Amino acid sequence: MQWETVIGLEIHAQLATRSKIFSAASTAFGAEPNTQACAVDLGLPGVLPVLNAEAVNMAIKFGVAIDAEIGRESVFARKNYFYPDLPKGYQISQFELPIVGKGEISISPQEGVHKVIGVTRAHLEEDAGKSLHDQFPNQTGIDLNRAGTPLLEIVSGPDLRSAKEAVAYARKIHALVQFLDICDGNMQEGSFRCDANVSVRPLGEAKLGTRAEIKNINSFRFLERAINYEIERQVELIEDGGRVVQETRLYDADKNETRSMRSKEEANDYRYFPDPDLLPVRVTDADIEAIRASLPELPEQKRQRYVEQLNLSEYNAELLSGSREIADYFETALASAPELSSLLSNWILGDLTGALNKSEKSFADSPVSPALLIGLLRRIADNTISGKIAKEVFEAIWNGEGDADHIIESRGLKQITDSGAIEKLIDDVIAKNPEQVQQFREGKEKVLGFFVGQIMQQSKGKANPGQVNQLLRAKLKP
Amino acid sequence: MSLKPEDVKNIAHLARLAISDDSISDYTRDLSSILDLVEQMNQVNTDHVQPMAHPMDAQQRLRQDTVTEVNQRDKFQSIAPDVESGLYRVPKVIE
Amino acid sequence: MNKTIKQIQLGLAQGDYSSVEITRDYLTRIKQHNSSINAFITVTEEQALQQATLADQQIAAGQSTALTGIPLAHKDIFCTDGTLTTCGSRMLENFRAPYNANVIEKFEAEHAVMLGKTNMDEFAMGSSNESSYFGPVKNPWNTECVPGGSSGGSAAAIAAGMAPGATGTDTGGSIRQPAALCGVSGIKPTYGRVSRYGMIAYASSLDQGGPMAHTAEDCAILLQTMAGFDARDSTSMEQPVPDYCAALNQDLGGLKIGLPKEYFAEGLNDDVARCIDESIQQFTKLGAEIREVSLPNSKIAIPTYYVVAMAECSSNLSRFDGVRFGHRCDDPKDLEDLYKRSRGEGFGEEVKRRIMIGAYTLSAGYYDAFYLKAQKLRRLISQDFAQAFAEVDIIAGPTTPEVAFKTGDKTADPVSMYLQDIYTISVNLAGLPGMSIPAGLVDNKPVGLQLIGNYFEESRLLNAAHQFQLNTDWHQQSPEVK
Repeated sequence: MQWETVIGLEIHAQLATRSKIFSAASTAFGAEPNTQACAVDLGLPGVLPVLNAEAVNMAIKFGVAIDAEIGRESVFARKNYFYPDLPKGYQISQFELPIVGKGEISISPQEGVHKVIGVTRAHLEEDAGKSLHDQFPNQTGIDLNRAGTPLLEIVSGPDLRSAKEAVAYARKIHALVQFLDICDGNMQEGSFRCDANVSVRPLGEAKLGTRAEIKNINSFRFLERAINYEIERQVELIEDGGRVVQETRLYDADKNETRSMRSKEEANDYRYFPDPDLLPVRVTDADIEAIRASLPELPEQKRQRYVEQLNLSEYNAELLSGSREIADYFETALASAPELSSLLSNWILGDLTGALNKSEKSFADSPVSPALLIGLLRRIADNTISGKIAKEVFEAIWNGEGDADHIIESRGLKQITDSGAIEKLIDDVIAKNPEQVQQFREGKEKVLGFFVGQIMQQSKGKANPGQVNQLLRAKLKP
Repeated sequence: MSLKPEDVKNIAHLARLAISDDSISDYTRDLSSILDLVEQMNQVNTDHVQPMAHPMDAQQRLRQDTVTEVNQRDKFQSIAPDVESGLYRVPKVIE
Repeated sequence: MNKTIKQIQLGLAQGDYSSVEITRDYLTRIKQHNSSINAFITVTEEQALQQATLADQQIAAGQSTALTGIPLAHKDIFCTDGTLTTCGSRMLENFRAPYNANVIEKFEAEHAVMLGKTNMDEFAMGSSNESSYFGPVKNPWNTECVPGGSSGGSAAAIAAGMAPGATGTDTGGSIRQPAALCGVSGIKPTYGRVSRYGMIAYASSLDQGGPMAHTAEDCAILLQTMAGFDARDSTSMEQPVPDYCAALNQDLGGLKIGLPKEYFAEGLNDDVARCIDESIQQFTKLGAEIREVSLPNSKIAIPTYYVVAMAECSSNLSRFDGVRFGHRCDDPKDLEDLYKRSRGEGFGEEVKRRIMIGAYTLSAGYYDAFYLKAQKLRRLISQDFAQAFAEVDIIAGPTTPEVAFKTGDKTADPVSMYLQDIYTISVNLAGLPGMSIPAGLVDNKPVGLQLIGNYFEESRLLNAAHQFQLNTDWHQQSPEVK
């Protein structure tokens, strides 16, 4: 039996507003418990919500970025249920009329492969507080600092067909919300949460299988594992004659398994109805255009431009366009040397990224600025130094020794390109190694490497490799 | 509209209200009679009528994104039934 | 005769007495009569005298405003910082609000004096003030009878001379109906006219706070302070506040008054009807033109109101869970137990009934049939009024179908209590302003005349009511309180 997996992701992105969605308390992370929970956040008798304009702007930005319909009139609804970290006994969310409607985003689960994933909707809602179960022996402690933080709940269509696709989608959304400056994407701090709805069905079957919702996933790695575990679990279950139950399951990262939530509440009856303390949010065409105009060039547009106009590979284009920081760095550097796009993209994605990761620095803090990098790459392009020497120069720039020219000069790293000088080196090495010359002339191609090595050694790596090769072959001919 | 005692128990649970067993029949009677009153709404045709959520056709006003609330934890927690280390406490919840 | 606010303003200005003196007078009267009337849950004696002292300083410094030094009572539904705010419920028996309602802030800004917090139907749910955890309020005109509700305490306090004015709230008639049954004046403003911030919510789309006093003029004075935009209430309207007092003296020549035929049909007590007819004739004498209008969907208003109100309140009251404030049961076994017993113990029967009906009507499968249907009927009811206001300026009729009934008469059958709201309820559903003024006595029990205006036309209502009161003396009648 061939199985097809159907996955939908619900992503909760905490919007990076200064104040909460319905109150003027701070959203800053890490404060002492309940020091950022004002009367409105606490749900004291008599308090009322007032909507944060920036939360609305951020939601619209997201909608515009995924080409979605923006709700000209959206309504806040109460989702009623009892839980100690939900002070009012209801969450203010959006139900029938969300602020963002159908949109789409394209993902590349593998190089060269593109797939369009539908986003069904994105709506605004308030976050709940935090329940701490380990503070007291028989009690749970409630911290309401987080209560009221704005969330954008992004719901994908059931369009994902594998864990890899799901991760690619989640990463794309993750990069996009950071790109738009609407969410800091910090999964450890809980500002970007993914829940996965997973179901399986026989290949070819149109009807969707029963789905299970998996929560408590806080990294992309775990997302992939959790989904894969769940797929296997469901397939095994069905093949053994069982039926998948519609339920919420928690992912356990230590055991790499999902399990049914222990405190099993019956399916909640949320009794949604429009919140009478809030009025419909009206958004005009002018509002939307103003926001569209304020957006930076979006990752998707950049990616296409890099491929079509700069002739970068799909792979490189995808990576360079994915984050605001990398894209900014790349474009700043490119501005002064557009002809070096290929070299630049390789060095950014290779050596620079490697060095930044190792020292845990960001592109914005890079000791090698775009200008310094371009300075180095120019010297590769004009053959002043070889690619190999360039790595040494890069490290020196990183360590603050100055710019490329200065380092090349002070360390005497200029590439030897004078054919006369190279020929002399070759003659020297040939003369000292008659056996190997004989071997080469007898057909052992590999021996060439020996000669090149010797020449490089003699020249302290500065002989131009291309010229060496060319002249060497010529001289070795009988 | 007649409710059954079972319905009343379910509703009480939904609303997290403890009601005594001997009050169930009274509630069943009273709630059923209120629902009878409410059923009268069906006497009037509302096809093609737009629901009215608010008396005025106003729209939601938006607030600037600034922080103006200060920490008043001590004051707010002075009226709480059970607080420790700045946290509100409830019987332990198992997730 | 009990002093009016207008008279006290004059008395203070002229130095006939100080705010401390007049406050003491009222405090004494409260001590004398509250045990038999039970209008007050909390009397803030010390605080009142402190406020009065400060007020006297303001007056001496020539910095007084309209309400400086005026003693007032506040319905125990308004949050008062540091003072008990019980909502007439065991749930909030010991709740000292940690902040002031917008309305309270406004009175404090003028250095008005707070005598105390008045009794009310629990969480504003009722029409007789019999459901309060702190005991029923008695009607000062006849202590075997109810004062009306839910603002029964405020109305009774004024009628018994324990306060010259008070705040109330009105969701289905809770200012107007007790005003009628106690022979005082009260106005429910247009929805959004007075901020709901700090006014503990019952039915969010219907609740409005408003003033109660002996006269329309006093109501105008109080409303001037209470009204106005508040950025903390998203349903607060930015409509500018006119000068209500200046508008009082316009003559009524040409005023068109509509009498809805549905309000003068069966169910209306004959004696009450007679008083209303006589009052309408008074308006004719003042130059008004009387016409018949129709509000065809009046009958459906009661079920519509109850569906909307119960649904909204079932959600509004979910915050009362024993976690952050309010009543908590002893030794909760687990979370479920904490919620169920805290709420079961904290709420009275009527509140529990309404929460349950509300939860039921919103539950899966029923939203369309109940809440959505009610919101559609609400539009029809509003359209009825819109059509009537195309023909007339004010709509008039009885406030209640009968005068004050005996305590206990209607508590056995909740629905019979709900039918008391028949004339007042549509006004909340439409969000219009409505007022009740004394218009007669039947068996020595007051009759109220209701005046309904178009959106934000409080001035017109107050004007009509004031002119009526210049030419009649029902508002000057007071019961002898034993």
